[in-house]
Amino acid sequence: MPYIPTTEAQRREMLTAIGVQNFDELIKAIPEKLRLQGRLHVSEALSELEITRSIVEKTCHNMCAQTANSFLGAGLYDHFIPAAVDTIVSRPEFFTAYTPYQAEVSQGTLQFIYEFQTMICELTGMEVANASMYDGASAIAEAILMAVRKNKLMKAILPATLNPEYVKVIKTYTEGIGVELITAPSQDGLIDLIALEAMMDGTIGSVIVQTPNFYGNIEDVFALDTIIHANPKTLFIAAVDPIALAILNAPSEYHADIVVGEGQALGNSMYMGGPLFGFFASKLDMARQMPGRIVGGTLDKEGNRAYALTLQAREQHIRREKATSNICSNESLCTLAATVYMSLMGREGMVEIATQSAQKAHYLATEIDKLEGFSLAYPAACFFKEFVVNTPLPADKIIQLLLPRAIYPGVDMKRWGFDNQLMIAVTEKKSRKDLNELVSALKEVCHV
Amino acid sequence: MSKTIFEYSVSGRKGVTLPPRDSDSKLEGIIPGKFLRQDKAKLPEVTELDVMRHYIALSHKNHFIEKGLYPLGSCTMKYNPKVHEVLVRHSCFNNIHAYQDEQTLQGSLAILYELQQDLAEISGMAQVTLQPVAGAQGEFAGIKIIEAYHHAKGNTHKTKIILPDSAHGTNPATCSLVGYDVVELKSDAEGRVDLAKLKELIDDNVAGFMLTNPNTLGLFESQIVEIAELIHSVDGLMYMDGANLNALLGIVQPGKIGFDVMHYNLHKTFTTPHGGGGPGSGPVGVVEKLIPYLPVPMIAKNDDGYFFDYRHEATSIGKVHTYYGNFAIMLRAYIYIKMLGPDGLRRVSENAIINANYLMKLVAPYYHIEHQESCMHEFVADGTKQKKENGVSTLDIAKRLLDKGYHAPTIYFPLIIHEALMIEPTETESKESIDAFANAMIEIAMECKDNPEMMHDAPLTTPVRRVDDVRAVKILDLRYQIEN
Repeated sequence: MPYIPTTEAQRREMLTAIGVQNFDELIKAIPEKLRLQGRLHVSEALSELEITRSIVEKTCHNMCAQTANSFLGAGLYDHFIPAAVDTIVSRPEFFTAYTPYQAEVSQGTLQFIYEFQTMICELTGMEVANASMYDGASAIAEAILMAVRKNKLMKAILPATLNPEYVKVIKTYTEGIGVELITAPSQDGLIDLIALEAMMDGTIGSVIVQTPNFYGNIEDVFALDTIIHANPKTLFIAAVDPIALAILNAPSEYHADIVVGEGQALGNSMYMGGPLFGFFASKLDMARQMPGRIVGGTLDKEGNRAYALTLQAREQHIRREKATSNICSNESLCTLAATVYMSLMGREGMVEIATQSAQKAHYLATEIDKLEGFSLAYPAACFFKEFVVNTPLPADKIIQLLLPRAIYPGVDMKRWGFDNQLMIAVTEKKSRKDLNELVSALKEVCHV
Repeated sequence: MSKTIFEYSVSGRKGVTLPPRDSDSKLEGIIPGKFLRQDKAKLPEVTELDVMRHYIALSHKNHFIEKGLYPLGSCTMKYNPKVHEVLVRHSCFNNIHAYQDEQTLQGSLAILYELQQDLAEISGMAQVTLQPVAGAQGEFAGIKIIEAYHHAKGNTHKTKIILPDSAHGTNPATCSLVGYDVVELKSDAEGRVDLAKLKELIDDNVAGFMLTNPNTLGLFESQIVEIAELIHSVDGLMYMDGANLNALLGIVQPGKIGFDVMHYNLHKTFTTPHGGGGPGSGPVGVVEKLIPYLPVPMIAKNDDGYFFDYRHEATSIGKVHTYYGNFAIMLRAYIYIKMLGPDGLRRVSENAIINANYLMKLVAPYYHIEHQESCMHEFVADGTKQKKENGVSTLDIAKRLLDKGYHAPTIYFPLIIHEALMIEPTETESKESIDAFANAMIEIAMECKDNPEMMHDAPLTTPVRRVDDVRAVKILDLRYQIEN
């Protein structure tokens, strides 16, 4: 049997030592009628060689973004990952370790989390960050719940420019405790500021602003700050792309109170959308309201620097039904990848990645905009690395036509109710040749 | 002590090479200046070798499965096979985007579809969603499903969920998140559900009952059929916390003994690595009548192949994850199930149970064990004897184990056992390794008598000495202060 070391002789020896005749005596607490009769109906055991063959055979039915020229994004991005990231993440010392509750034998995990928290604080301008949430969507949901704990106001405004998949998750998470979710409309791919201002009153607990927003557009965060903070109790929750933060305003510059986002782009592969990780940061006055694990620096008994999980009185294993969240496992190993990634990229590398992504995206947008029948959906908005174009054919048609050429031209916005629109994401991985290939392919398939 | 990565930073150093720019357009030309940040984020400026040395030095300060036994009760820290790690990194898995056309995802979808089927068979449930990414998120999805069922039936009066006082902390926290009141049920003298007390609590307002089986004392809830009948009599639903499923593979199918909803912890029972706290995966299985409420999408199959199935979106609880859950974790669990097969799965649980009982037998003469009957895959010893006779606490015992090259058991849980030491050796440990661990426990019992002072000082040989976590709360130090 794979991974089971006990031999038949040892099994008998152990049963004898326990004082039973056979295994069944050990499970006599399970009434006979409750036991499975016969064997489970799963396929017969495969050896390592056979499963390897079987899995490799399955990969032939996938077409990956590496062999295709992919412009898919919508929250999941194909940024370059230096080799050293996986070398660290693949170390059993990190990946087979448990949650660092026993601090004395978990200093490696605890310290990288502390460094991760520091990096997230640096990117966001916030004062405290936790050790991670499940993904960007649940991080926003938990941010709304934290806002409720802070100001006891039960309404949250979700603009129409927020990722609609996040909205679905937020709904699932917030309806139980009775948060009223209100949609603010958009105008030309951005939050309709006039409409939002009219919706604001003393009962609004939080406003969620995704920037760059779902369509890739950069929201007018300074105007939003004025509108949202007109009521000093209302909390500004910013949902941001961590790569963008290398060049765009730190959310502290526009006085965001809670900053969250999807962290996958920081050194984690796409894996069809999971695992991801959410980052979660805020001002220090909310540290005791935060969900999730937090690492703090402290001393050991001899006065040496050490790290430990801290503020655990917020968490489910201590506070049970009164905990700030039910989260236990998070996405720790993904944050290790992010920490190593940010260390390797460093101060200048992150700026370079973000700059190149933006430059390439703008080049591509300009070239596609020139094509007959194509136009930018939101020409008045400025964007970072992703943009929406109107297409002369249904987007799905274009996607199907480009499939044989191994080009994924973008996400069909029909998924969210927009006809004849593609959303196109560009990262630094795209060469000028890749970009031009998409442009000429679009031209060809739409003008036959 | 280790320096932080920030302390290695030297202005101008780079840890990565990037292609030259193919455009000379200035950022200011494409993004308005007011949206560009004033000061760069102070990330470290280090070389690749700096990064490697630093994080490898950190890795040396961790306990991990390949270093030594991890007897953490209810955590199932079994060995994580390495073939999983190699196969999961295939570029046709890790470079897949969630919104690729389904035609280009048939390999991945086939895996998910088969995993749904296999998990359903293992639990005896009718259908399984793979979307929740952790046990607690599985609980959340499961309790939301219970809520959706009652909502659909017009059971608006159902406001409470009952759970035993031995429950994991996530259980009550999850109920609160869904909006249910939590009613705690005191366990009976044997450490099981107290049927008489449960009867007193049953009324029409009960939405469901949450139970870990085997429970956190490592005992099978023998009266499960009677419990389920009681709960079902008021149209309540039975939720099983699957944290301890490692005891039941091929022995009991929870969906066939009265449970209506359960979550699986793929990072426990199905040996996906814990990753220092995650990512995990917490699929949820349900009986037939609850299928309409499962999160969307499911993975389904028709003549054209596999596809994302949104057909029951109108009745679904919605989504709990941005995409489809933690694919890379599910893939590892899939490989594990395929390699074990039906007999291997049963062997896992048999050996987990034998190992736990054998270890219990070895340490029983030295530690108090409240519930001495045969256990399932874990048992709870405690340090009350050492506390009373030697003034040594369970925390001291746990810390001393670290000195001997072991991780500590789960301590002070379940809450109903004083000074609890909850021990789960798992099936991947050999008799030799269990003998050695038992010897360490016995040595410690001796040390408690002979040298209690030293026990308060433990650990003595770990990378740092006992960590002051009270100070970590009093003087908050939650980030490194970078100087420039």
